[in-house]
Amino acid sequence: MSSLENEARTFRYSLSQRRVFRNFDPNLRSQEKSVEYVRALNAAKLDKLRFEDQFRKLMKLLLLFFFFLYSKIFARPFVGAMDGHIDAVSCMAKNPNHLKGIFSGSMDGDIRLWDLANRRTVCQFPGHQGAVRGLTVSTDGRVLVSCGTDSTVRLWNVPIPSLMESSDNEAKPLAVYVWKNAFWAVDHQWDGDLFATAGAQVDIWNHNRSQPVNSFEWGKDTAISVRFNPGEPNILATSASDRSITIYDLRLSSPARKIIMRANEDCNCYSYDARKLDEARCVHKDHVSAVMDIDYSPTGREFVTGSYDRTVRIFQYNGGHSREIYHTKRMQRVFCVKFSSDASYVISGSDDTNLRLWKAKASEQLGVLLPRERKNHEYLEAVKNRYKHLPEVKRIVRHRHLPKAIYKAASLRRIMTEAERKKDERRRAHSAPGSMPREPLRKRRILKEVE
Amino acid sequence: MGVKAANVGRINTIPFAEQGVSDEEELKVKKYLRGEAADLGVLQDKKLKGQLAVREALYGKSAQAAAKAEKWLMPSEGGYLEAEGIEKTWRIKQEAIAGEVDILSTRKQFDIVLPGSDLISYVDMSQMCMCIGSASLISLSGARSIHSGFYFEWSIYGSSWEKRSFGTCGHENMDLVKEFQVRETVRDVVFLHDQKLLAAAQKKYVYMYNENGTEMHCLKEHGAATKLQFLHKHFLLTSINKLGQLHFQDITTGQMIGNFERFRRSDVMQVNPFNNVVTVGHSGGTVSMWKPTSAAPLVKMLCHKGPVIALAFHSNGHLMATAGMERKIKLWDLRKFEVLQTLPGHATTMDFSQKGLLATATGSFVQILGDLSGSHEYSRYMGHSMAKGYQIRNMSFRPYEDVLAIGHSMGWSSILIPGSGEPNFDTWVANPFETRKQRNEKEPTRRKEKLSKQEREAEQEAAVEGAKNIPLKKKTKGRSKPSKVAKKKQEAVAKAKKPFLEQQTEDKEMSKKKRKRIGEENQLPKSLQRFARKVPTT
Repeated sequence: MSSLENEARTFRYSLSQRRVFRNFDPNLRSQEKSVEYVRALNAAKLDKLRFEDQFRKLMKLLLLFFFFLYSKIFARPFVGAMDGHIDAVSCMAKNPNHLKGIFSGSMDGDIRLWDLANRRTVCQFPGHQGAVRGLTVSTDGRVLVSCGTDSTVRLWNVPIPSLMESSDNEAKPLAVYVWKNAFWAVDHQWDGDLFATAGAQVDIWNHNRSQPVNSFEWGKDTAISVRFNPGEPNILATSASDRSITIYDLRLSSPARKIIMRANEDCNCYSYDARKLDEARCVHKDHVSAVMDIDYSPTGREFVTGSYDRTVRIFQYNGGHSREIYHTKRMQRVFCVKFSSDASYVISGSDDTNLRLWKAKASEQLGVLLPRERKNHEYLEAVKNRYKHLPEVKRIVRHRHLPKAIYKAASLRRIMTEAERKKDERRRAHSAPGSMPREPLRKRRILKEVE
Repeated sequence: MGVKAANVGRINTIPFAEQGVSDEEELKVKKYLRGEAADLGVLQDKKLKGQLAVREALYGKSAQAAAKAEKWLMPSEGGYLEAEGIEKTWRIKQEAIAGEVDILSTRKQFDIVLPGSDLISYVDMSQMCMCIGSASLISLSGARSIHSGFYFEWSIYGSSWEKRSFGTCGHENMDLVKEFQVRETVRDVVFLHDQKLLAAAQKKYVYMYNENGTEMHCLKEHGAATKLQFLHKHFLLTSINKLGQLHFQDITTGQMIGNFERFRRSDVMQVNPFNNVVTVGHSGGTVSMWKPTSAAPLVKMLCHKGPVIALAFHSNGHLMATAGMERKIKLWDLRKFEVLQTLPGHATTMDFSQKGLLATATGSFVQILGDLSGSHEYSRYMGHSMAKGYQIRNMSFRPYEDVLAIGHSMGWSSILIPGSGEPNFDTWVANPFETRKQRNEKEPTRRKEKLSKQEREAEQEAAVEGAKNIPLKKKTKGRSKPSKVAKKKQEAVAKAKKPFLEQQTEDKEMSKKKRKRIGEENQLPKSLQRFARKVPTT
């Protein structure tokens, strides 16, 4: 005889806590799919509603009844702006050892260290005469390397963050190395002592030498950017103004491999597997103007891009389209972006002399979450992902407001690509079957690969 | 005879370290899997295939984990009745059962004599209230309070055909909570989404009352309803009335979602708990199934040679029991719409329990049938006969307990049926130990998860999409200028939308007309009311 009045079962641990019984039998639940679908729809609509705790309960009741509009106006990705530079921000660097700090260099030679939590300048590094083109920090976090159009490379001591943060400290450089041509970019080797600069040729420097240790060149074109491979400390890649990407190995005396692309600044991002360069792994299309900077998230699953069209977009590592777009009226051309080392924030530096701090997930609730809150967020996320392919939910999840200029530019690009595609189809339809092979976009954009 | 008493969970000594799934667990895993896995071989898209394969693997794992966790999560085992030797289970009387079970269970067997009582209905699973028809009193009784005294459960008993009052009564303490007179016949009574609201089908209209007995609304559109049902997930109050109309009203907005007029007066209406489809039984032996979104019945089945007397649904939605006037009880499989079993017998009322036992009642005799051998063949399990002269009107199994409540012409009783209730409840589905705070917090969540009538909007969207995709013929001599083509497309879209908009305005007009007519009827003084329009103008 099953009986509900069993004392043991109703035992309460405390007045506020009651024991919870679970029975996962599907027979007890009727219409679970429909209820889950409605929950997914509500989760998508409520997605951007994440207020501070004090307002939460109040707003929840109100919004339950007002909220069935197709608006996600409560998305709040923008956290704050860091004001201080007097010219456009041209480059940024993350400190691998210190989460809260970020370095930024501007077009007038001013380098600053920012505290992201307070959004204030901790320290300034004056010295460069022209624009600062590249910034990088050594892996142990002690030395900051900067290079600029005044053909100098400067090394600075990174100040240890102390409890008494005094603003506007000025630091003295460790070393200044002058060289022949202006520099375009700099990157530090992981777990090593070398750093590479990009300019008329690619130079490898050591901290202690005032001249480059090694120099690489392939053709007479300037190298515009350079990056070391975090996994393989001896491999680096550069991109040059002849639309090529070159991979160098420090152990060899000459460059390893080079691919030449078809177009420069065609607003797309291309992901390659470094072992197989003849085909892009994925083409990420969504920007309408040149992409200025890219940074991967520490999880490796996403990356953020900043482009000349005044927007910042976040893509999945294998996603053809962006999952998120951030824009503000006040943010002009974005020159540099960084993903914070805890994968929660994105920092963008732009033409309007400000650095902006954004949330990586626009609807995330910041701060410490109660375990129940966290579970609820996870559940809503999961139920939304389960039904996100259905038309109603998909429409709400995908919806983003775009500035008018970008919307128009994007539709124009769409019309142009559609027209090209249609013409291609017609040519194919009117020619002998098989005479026009289809080439995927990932291959089409590569001109050739050279050893 | 073996009757098991309430079981305090025994601790298992076998360690929970088995990797694989044993045979008994296989069955359980099947239960949690909710159907077969999808066939991914037909997909061309590799990315989608990979993602779906990962998901299917996850489903399998979660079903296995649920099956394994069952022995820890389910503290109670179900009750059962076993006959030893030549004993038969259906000969065992309630007094004999009372001797074998614990005191708390014996308290659940009782008889309350209130002449003229009729109906029984429960609030939703978690509240477990009882609604009984009583002849002369409308009383709301405070119900069982567990030692904490935190909350009340309510039961109400409504009135019979002749008498005119309402009542609710608690089934543990049997305290009368509230009692009020309505002074007219009450045909049916049902609790709405929780025990705070109840709807009563009275002589002319349907009224909604508060737990305190205050009349909240008078729902005139329903008219003289004979049967009421509440769809919990949709918050819809359904009624069939004397004129053969079926009404669906959304009680959160007050809007009449659908009304259909297709049949003669019928008294038999049930809701399929699995998919919330309203089923009506007709005097021609047919059973029709309705949803508020379509004007025609979804399904019409010819079930019996005579009128359909009673209907009942199993909680899994596959099994339907119908009783006809020709003294046959048929069990139908609703997936194939085939008869599974025909049983002889007359049944004025039937009800399925959570575990699948079917209780049928005629006159003063209750028979409980069960699927004992597991082969989907129902056979006699138990029986109970009340005092001769008691006419059983309605029955209801108590959820999560092994109790059957019977409403008859002289009051209501409750008997023990071991093995009828699901022994383990889920707090998030239905919590019988709810506090007032939990109940209040549940309400906005339930309201947020209300299933609304999305199908019609989806249909409209689909029609508009279709209209947009019609390829237009290319005409020469300047007749397919871009401006003209765009205009044609717009016209096509407007044309596709027209029937839906028309139907909306029609509904609005219909309800306006009805309101006017009903208002007119009310305004006339009593002596002239016989001249008011009686024939429905539709």
